[in-house]
Amino acid sequence: MTRQAKPRPPANFDELIAEPSPWLSGEGPHAHMVLSTRIRLARNLQSVPFTHRARDEQLQGVLLSVSSAAQRSEAFRDALMLRMNEMGGLERQILVERHLVSHELGDGARPRGIIIAAGERLSLMINEEDHLRLQAMTPGFQLAEAWGNADAADDELDQALDFAFSDEIGYLTSCPTNAGTGLRASVLIHLPALVLLEEIQKVLKSIMQVGLNVRGLYGEHSEVMGNLFQISNQTTLGRAERDSIESLERVTRQIIETEERARERMMRDARVQIEDKVWRAYGTLRYCRSIHSREVINLCSAVRLGVALGLPGLCPPHVLNQLLILTQPAHLQRFYGSDLTPAERNVYRAQLVRERLDAADRESGPTP
Amino acid sequence: MLCQICGKNPSTVHFTEIHDNKMSEIHVCERCAEEKGLHQSAKKHKFDIADLLAGMVDGMTTTEEERVGHVQCPRCGLLYSGFKETGRLGCAECYAAFQFQLRPLLRRIHGDTRHRGKVPTRDGEGATRSRQIQRLHDELQRAVEREEFERAAGIRDEIQRLEKEQASHPAEKKR
Ligand SMILES: [Zn+2]
Ligand SMILES: [Zn+2]
Repeated sequence: MTRQAKPRPPANFDELIAEPSPWLSGEGPHAHMVLSTRIRLARNLQSVPFTHRARDEQLQGVLLSVSSAAQRSEAFRDALMLRMNEMGGLERQILVERHLVSHELGDGARPRGIIIAAGERLSLMINEEDHLRLQAMTPGFQLAEAWGNADAADDELDQALDFAFSDEIGYLTSCPTNAGTGLRASVLIHLPALVLLEEIQKVLKSIMQVGLNVRGLYGEHSEVMGNLFQISNQTTLGRAERDSIESLERVTRQIIETEERARERMMRDARVQIEDKVWRAYGTLRYCRSIHSREVINLCSAVRLGVALGLPGLCPPHVLNQLLILTQPAHLQRFYGSDLTPAERNVYRAQLVRERLDAADRESGPTP
Repeated sequence: MLCQICGKNPSTVHFTEIHDNKMSEIHVCERCAEEKGLHQSAKKHKFDIADLLAGMVDGMTTTEEERVGHVQCPRCGLLYSGFKETGRLGCAECYAAFQFQLRPLLRRIHGDTRHRGKVPTRDGEGATRSRQIQRLHDELQRAVEREEFERAAGIRDEIQRLEKEQASHPAEKKR
């Protein structure tokens, strides 16, 4: 994969989706376990009712004033601005699958938009549940960096916009669960050993006890999918941003440590079984002819574990990260044509997975 | 935001479920999450802050509840009963209009009702001052409770000094 030396914002939608999201690069601290870090800030304009209660003309005005403030800022210089109501349903769904746009913003019915800065590391949803949803993404575990980016962009926007704020409650948001800092800091973390050793419940419980929130990706028959968990702060009132972020940072470090120890134990007690599981997963992905998205997620998890354990000859982690996005329905339809039946999707999905792994293989040279 | 399994406890665990390539969200309480080993595919109910709000009026008589429901935001016209249905406030002014109802709700959600995070940069000095005054008021009260009267007098002088400063910056009264 070629990486641009100096990131430049995409000029249009096609350019945006031609490259995989840079925050899936598989780089950054603890990238073998933490896929990505995200900071979100919710803000509203003082003078306009919240999105769901504003008229379309008012939201049109929000769209204009926020985008002009963003264009004048350093953080969003030359950024790509997309209006939801000017895009097709498939294009909007692609943005949802790339985690740039929420489901709510993706419906396209009202004057909504998104501004995407270079490298997709910073984006700004306009007229979502709140007028502004500023989002900073980084690969790996980089809470301080993500917060720095979001905080700086927020300061710049604040110079030009009159944010709804009260001394007592802080930033005022449409839903009282976000009032105060409007902050949601989260990490996406891969915990296969804790799941395999059935210690995950204890760990999740301890996370909840310290006031953090955990979400898992769950499948049809309620099995954990992909061993991926999102940990985030729960409350936004009564604590400064840095305190919230520090406690997420501290707890995440402990979890990384716990998973690390679980992996060591697992390899000590069952090395052959683990290696077998990893290579069977890789083999299936490499040679499948029809595959469900759930299976891709689970097999990628096993391969990701193998990569983290240092097994040679597997693909680099960014390929696995990208597969999670590229094998989703809207992306598949974009590449292989719309109106695919689920069965056809499975065939094209298998083709895409094989091609990506094959390309990664050729890039890294002969397998040992 | 009640648990979708037991319907009793507030939900603190949230899952994303994928079913036929469609994502949906599940909200359950800690106990149910543990009991079901997090493997329970909960039924999909629409999550609603209204459930949490419903808990707030427990013990109120119907007339009291109706009266609270009729409190209205003077700016956007939202009724408190409307907020209870959707869980969404209508505008920034709603926070002032419903302050007596919101304060206990915010405490329940966040365990606190006072902002301690960043402040818009443009009214930096003024907002910092008024938060400082608020903090000193809290301190004053604690000092009086502990009968530390000498300290209390000092704090009172400091408050008076800051309030005088604040009065000479009339713009600060705006928010
Ligand atoms: Zn429950
Ligand atoms: Zn209102």
